Amino acid sequence: MFADFDFAVVIKSLPFLWEGMQLTLLLTILAIGGGLILGTILALCRLSPYKLLSFAAGSYVNFFRSMPLILVIFWFYFLVPLIVGRPVGGFYSVLVAFVMFEAAYYCEIMRAGIQSIRKSQVHAGQALGLTYQQNMRYIVLPQAFRNMIPILLTQAIVLFQDTSLVYVVGLHDFLVNAEIIANRDNRLIEMFTTVAIIYFVLCLSASLSVGALQRKYAK
Amino acid sequence: MNYNWNWPVLITDPYFGWIVSGLGWTIAVASASWVIAFFLGSLIGIMRTTENRILLGIGTVYVEIFRNVPLLVQMFLWYFVFPELLPESAGNWVKRGIPLPEFWTAVVCLGTYTASRVAEQVRAGITSVSIGQRYAAKAMGLKPFQVYRYVLLPVGYRLIIPPMTSEFLGIFKNSSLALTIGVLELTAQTRQIEEYTFQGFEAFTTATVLYILVTFIVMTIMQIVEKRVAIPGMVSLRAK
Repeated sequence: MFADFDFAVVIKSLPFLWEGMQLTLLLTILAIGGGLILGTILALCRLSPYKLLSFAAGSYVNFFRSMPLILVIFWFYFLVPLIVGRPVGGFYSVLVAFVMFEAAYYCEIMRAGIQSIRKSQVHAGQALGLTYQQNMRYIVLPQAFRNMIPILLTQAIVLFQDTSLVYVVGLHDFLVNAEIIANRDNRLIEMFTTVAIIYFVLCLSASLSVGALQRKYAK
Repeated sequence: MNYNWNWPVLITDPYFGWIVSGLGWTIAVASASWVIAFFLGSLIGIMRTTENRILLGIGTVYVEIFRNVPLLVQMFLWYFVFPELLPESAGNWVKRGIPLPEFWTAVVCLGTYTASRVAEQVRAGITSVSIGQRYAAKAMGLKPFQVYRYVLLPVGYRLIIPPMTSEFLGIFKNSSLALTIGVLELTAQTRQIEEYTFQGFEAFTTATVLYILVTFIVMTIMQIVEKRVAIPGMVSLRAK
């Protein structure tokens, strides 16, 4: 019960939890960066007039979207060392898994973003003599990106929560570090409640800020 | 990259049985939690569209709490923390008394989590029924319950069939998280096969193919359902 809730355990464990949080944040940021780049390339492929390219990108997205993230993590945890030919450590395998997995979701967001740009913008670019690449680089993508910022940020919050799944391969992230202390001191209630509250506060304030941002943009 | 392929290992004893039982548990967890998610989610979604401020508040708090804590953390809260918060006898019953405690914990966790997402879909469905229909129903003298039962819900639910399908597929994929508390569902079983035989390719490919297969079957069925229940002349959200 909460009557013997031991705050001292929580306070003492804060530095160790912060170490875990650093890994969580690092993984989140790298996965967002990689996922966004790969996702944008995929979105361009999906919208490309070349049938083969758009089919390949479409299959990629559907493939990853029908798989559970845990299975993807297991896949790459097993696959990456095999391809590289030597052990690479859990972090890189998991990072590859997250980038590949999130790219499928970012692809759909970016595709919607690109499609939200009016055709006349593209035509104006063409009339100015811009090549396809220049048109994308200077006209379409910056606007698409800006239109999609709220949704991209929401997806980032989801990704931040999803990184807790590295638990299944035992990377020392925020949750795993909390679990280590919970088991060592036999303080499961304190540690898991603390973790839940910290996640909740971070994610809620992030999603409230995204909402505020969205309202500002909508004006 | 050198790798010894051994596909036949999948149909040898006991691995074939593991895969079958894994798939069975995945489907069991997903379906049982969907029942909770659907009814609880609908209730909360409807609460969020009423004019009663208390109901509105409860609905909003529920959705925000369940959406902003990672599902895995929720799983641990239900499994490790929840039984301790109950009075001792009830806690012991949850931990040991009920058959298959891990299974039911996973079901409750996934059900309540997905309910928060279903609630958002139901709310979106109800609010996208034009407000005129609500007024018209009220003007005809329908009670609030009847307004929902005969006007808003029949139209609203039809509109949200596509997003509800993806929520169901979401619960089906998320059921893999049950492995963290010891439910041997599909992902857990293939992981176990990989550990026993070192045939990771074969094991994970099987799981992947099965997940894709179920996704495909569910989507096909739901597309048929959507066509069947469509109201002539009404545009579905998908077509927009």
